[in-house]
Amino acid sequence: MALIYFRCIRMNRLFPHPSSPFTKKSSVLFCTLQASHAQVTTQVENLQNQSKQKEKLIQTATKKTLEHHKHGYEAIIGIETHVQLYTLTKAFCSCPYLYGSRPNTTICPICMGLPGTLPVLNSKVVEFAVKLGLALNCELSMNSKFDRKQYFYPDLPKGYQISQFDVPIATKGFIDLDLPVEFGGGHRRFGITRIHMEEDAGKLLHSEAGSYSQVDLNRAGVPLLEIVSEPDMRSGLEAAEYAAELQRLVRYLGVSNGNMQEGSLRCDVNISVRPIGQSQFGTKVEIKNMNSFSAMNRAIDYEISRQVLLHSEGQNDQIVQETRLWDEAAQKTFTMRKKEGLADYRYFPEPDLPEVVLTKGFVDEIRQSLPELPEAKRRRYEKMGLSMQDVLFLANDNSVADFFDAAVENGAEEKLAANWIMGDIAAYLKNERLTIDEIKLTPKELSELIAFIKNGTISGKIGKEILFELISKGGTVKSLIEEKDLVQIVDPATIEALVDKVLAANPKQLQQYRGGKTKLQGFFAGQVMKESKGKANPMLLNKILTEKLNAGG
Amino acid sequence: MPSPIQNPRLLLSHRCLPLHFPPNPFPFPPNPCRLVHRSAAALSPQPAPTPASQNLAIAAPPSSEILSIRESLLSRRRTAAEIAAEYLDRLRRTEPQLRSFLHVSQTAMREAGEVDRLVESGAELGPLTGVLVAVKDNICTADMPSTGGSRILGSYRPAFDATAVRRLREAGAIIVGKTNLDEFGMGSTTEGSGFQVTTNPWDVSRVPGGSSGGSAAAVSARQCVVSLGSDTGGSVRQPASFCGVVGMKPTYGRVSRFGLMAYASSLDVIGCFGSSVVDTAILLSAISGHDRLDATSSKHEVSDYAPQLVSLDHLESKPLKGLRVGVIRETTGEGVDVGVMSSVQAAASHLEQLGSIVTEVSLPSFSLGLPAYYILASSEASSNLSRYDGVRYGYQAAADELSSLYGDSRANGFGPEVKMRILMGTYALSAGYYDAYYKRAQQVRTLVRKSFKDALDKNDILISPAAPSAAYKIGEKTNDPLAMYAGDIMTVNVNLAGLPALVVPCGFVEGGPAGLPVGLQMIGAAFHEDLLLESMFLLTTLLASRP
Repeated sequence: MALIYFRCIRMNRLFPHPSSPFTKKSSVLFCTLQASHAQVTTQVENLQNQSKQKEKLIQTATKKTLEHHKHGYEAIIGIETHVQLYTLTKAFCSCPYLYGSRPNTTICPICMGLPGTLPVLNSKVVEFAVKLGLALNCELSMNSKFDRKQYFYPDLPKGYQISQFDVPIATKGFIDLDLPVEFGGGHRRFGITRIHMEEDAGKLLHSEAGSYSQVDLNRAGVPLLEIVSEPDMRSGLEAAEYAAELQRLVRYLGVSNGNMQEGSLRCDVNISVRPIGQSQFGTKVEIKNMNSFSAMNRAIDYEISRQVLLHSEGQNDQIVQETRLWDEAAQKTFTMRKKEGLADYRYFPEPDLPEVVLTKGFVDEIRQSLPELPEAKRRRYEKMGLSMQDVLFLANDNSVADFFDAAVENGAEEKLAANWIMGDIAAYLKNERLTIDEIKLTPKELSELIAFIKNGTISGKIGKEILFELISKGGTVKSLIEEKDLVQIVDPATIEALVDKVLAANPKQLQQYRGGKTKLQGFFAGQVMKESKGKANPMLLNKILTEKLNAGG
Repeated sequence: MPSPIQNPRLLLSHRCLPLHFPPNPFPFPPNPCRLVHRSAAALSPQPAPTPASQNLAIAAPPSSEILSIRESLLSRRRTAAEIAAEYLDRLRRTEPQLRSFLHVSQTAMREAGEVDRLVESGAELGPLTGVLVAVKDNICTADMPSTGGSRILGSYRPAFDATAVRRLREAGAIIVGKTNLDEFGMGSTTEGSGFQVTTNPWDVSRVPGGSSGGSAAAVSARQCVVSLGSDTGGSVRQPASFCGVVGMKPTYGRVSRFGLMAYASSLDVIGCFGSSVVDTAILLSAISGHDRLDATSSKHEVSDYAPQLVSLDHLESKPLKGLRVGVIRETTGEGVDVGVMSSVQAAASHLEQLGSIVTEVSLPSFSLGLPAYYILASSEASSNLSRYDGVRYGYQAAADELSSLYGDSRANGFGPEVKMRILMGTYALSAGYYDAYYKRAQQVRTLVRKSFKDALDKNDILISPAAPSAAYKIGEKTNDPLAMYAGDIMTVNVNLAGLPALVVPCGFVEGGPAGLPVGLQMIGAAFHEDLLLESMFLLTTLLASRP
């Protein structure tokens, strides 16, 4: 935890004497907390206060970092992303995987690692890896292989993870993305070092009292792609947008549901800070446990500030290679484990699986089956003349983009279609927690609606009413207009008659108006509109109403 | 007198090649091997006895136990229950001295009864109907414990049958029990079992070889008809040689490894033991073939090895005419017992008499094979044995925290040889040592493959002794692991190259109450099991039939 961390730093300073109990290890501190020596306790409290102040300093600094503290320093950020593949069965056996299943219900002797069992590769895993490799502009290894990564942990049933080590299936790619307009926008290209295939481990469920742990192997053997980026990101925002673009991509490709809460997309971020101009990287710290893009953004900016602060205070030796976790409640990172040297995973080629050999035909087939990807989509929408905000919104979700494209194909004007989708439709989806595929409105009817409004058949207001009807109940715009008799009244004589009727029915208000209370025009307009059941063309109505009101005076 | 628990009929081969042994001390007449091909009729499904099989009924027993059982069942001369009872009775009598079984089936007699009902019903019978098969205990069986010879799996019962076992059952076999082995197959004497030491039926003061010592001894003492073993560096062939039985190490990938507890995955194969070449061939046919549960199993077509053997009706004087046989020079030099050498040379001259062209061939990388093998096998073992951690199954030490759960479970569960190999393998794969050990060993493996390929381009088969010596005394090499490892020199190269090899008894050397058998190893090109079996069948059959 960060608290302990800072305590240790201070302690060495405050108690330089070797006989001091504090100079040994931070764990001693906890013992002395319970000790009866008042003096010690006070000192500890002082230390705590100091460290709390330090906390605050970092949190304030986080906000100012980009402007102030980061001045003179730059952060180097690289991301390792694990994407859980959306295959029917696991990577090496025929078990299904369903998130949220009861523990140990989707397992078999193979994914349990029972003696004598052997892995057999699910060919979909290779297909998905090639898809993502192509989408990330990678070079594919036509001959790759699996390796064993060995370590002991109760969630790892075989004592090794089947992974790819020195010959990953894809290397040297890149990803293009556009930063959100509200954060200043801008286009970025980040390098992809490699993509490799591997299997997931199970999960440990710790008892509440912490006295025992249970192993759930449902997730063991679920296929993953690990995507390693180049250390190209410089801020929390860039890192979060990189992850968001990856999510978009895997969803577009249909290789994963990309759901961060379910752990289908997990990012481990490596961060180091160095003075600008220094070519050598600073000590890198890994952060895990961020389950949203905004958490990623904040965790990284916090960590950058923490490291910059240490640098600026000349304490950069306090930045150690470690894994830190993001504490969402406290809005800070804390130490999970310090790395003692490099772990030796003793990789060697997996003898139970043959080499993975891709053929040109297989790759070409996949290349041809790729959908239009987010970046291409954004550039296309940009060319349509849509604003970057519209572009980002529409291209964010494949099904929204498809809906938009279909509406445009049916003749809808691009900007108008975008407005409807981003406005009323998006609001409805958000409220009802639905996706655009789940509503009854079709792209064709949206384009019809836009056309009817544009040619004046119905008013925009009526259009809106119809829209909600279409979304929830379906049907066609035409039949709704006819059924409800919603065609806009554009005949001046009809409107005139309505105006006359309203004026005659409200002699008192008319007198007041003519006595100078011209604000009453709104009242009359409302009454006429009401009389027309909302169908009167507002412009005509106002024009005729003004004439009539003033004519009588 | 033969050893009381030795199968006398196996001494047939002793009769066949008695060249380096004092005159035959055995009183019974040579077995008329020629009968084998007559009983071929019995192989095709025949619900009712035929005149041909009735003839057999009065003939001396054929050399194929499997065909003989089939014949007995089809002719209703004997019931499966009678046959099973005979074997089980012998098993019970000999087991106190041999200790070849870790578990004996409780259901064998019941299964034999079911076979009899099947025979009664006139249903088509599988090729192994009523045949009692013993299975090495590192091969999973759903209805019996499977320990791999390790205390860490002392109480383990698999949830499934190994593919080879499933195929045996489908062929009608009765699994009679699970045989002893060196823990997880790591050893050459079966002394490394976590449970008991198996003895050699020819001399109970000697080792049966290993690691499939239980399976070899069981066939040798006729505790079962045939048995399954596994061969990672010679674990089928060397015990076959020590126990005087036929042992087949198939091509890597010929038999599915699914259900075989992995020792060294890139070298492991399931192999067969039989008291004759024909039995071994029938057993191999039953278990061979692609398996979708083993990605390294081959889709190469499976020949029906046995019928080809028994259809050889016209025994010419030179039936092996033109067969190019290479004697591996590197296996005939220093370190090989004189008696072993002369048996192999005699076998070579017999092959020549049968028409083959015997020459000497050199495999330059041969001596490199042994260190390369021990590095690769240990490396893979260190990984394969990681799953035995006490978390999910098997022996679990009582511990308060995770690292002692792992440490104590493994420290108490594994035996010393296994621990030594895990340590060696872990070392060889460690950062900084990988290139010097594992990677170099892989390069040697490529060389070994190549030198075998060159030799097999010029020859149809290669021959060598199966082991440098006959069976030695129990305890003789337990304190000298290097000497024990050196004993694998004849066999490990074949595993590195993934080739098939067949071992048959080819002679005897002095030792024990009745002499000790010596095995001849015959190595073929990948998937040429049929050639090996056919050649060895001819060699043994013809020599047996000669006056």
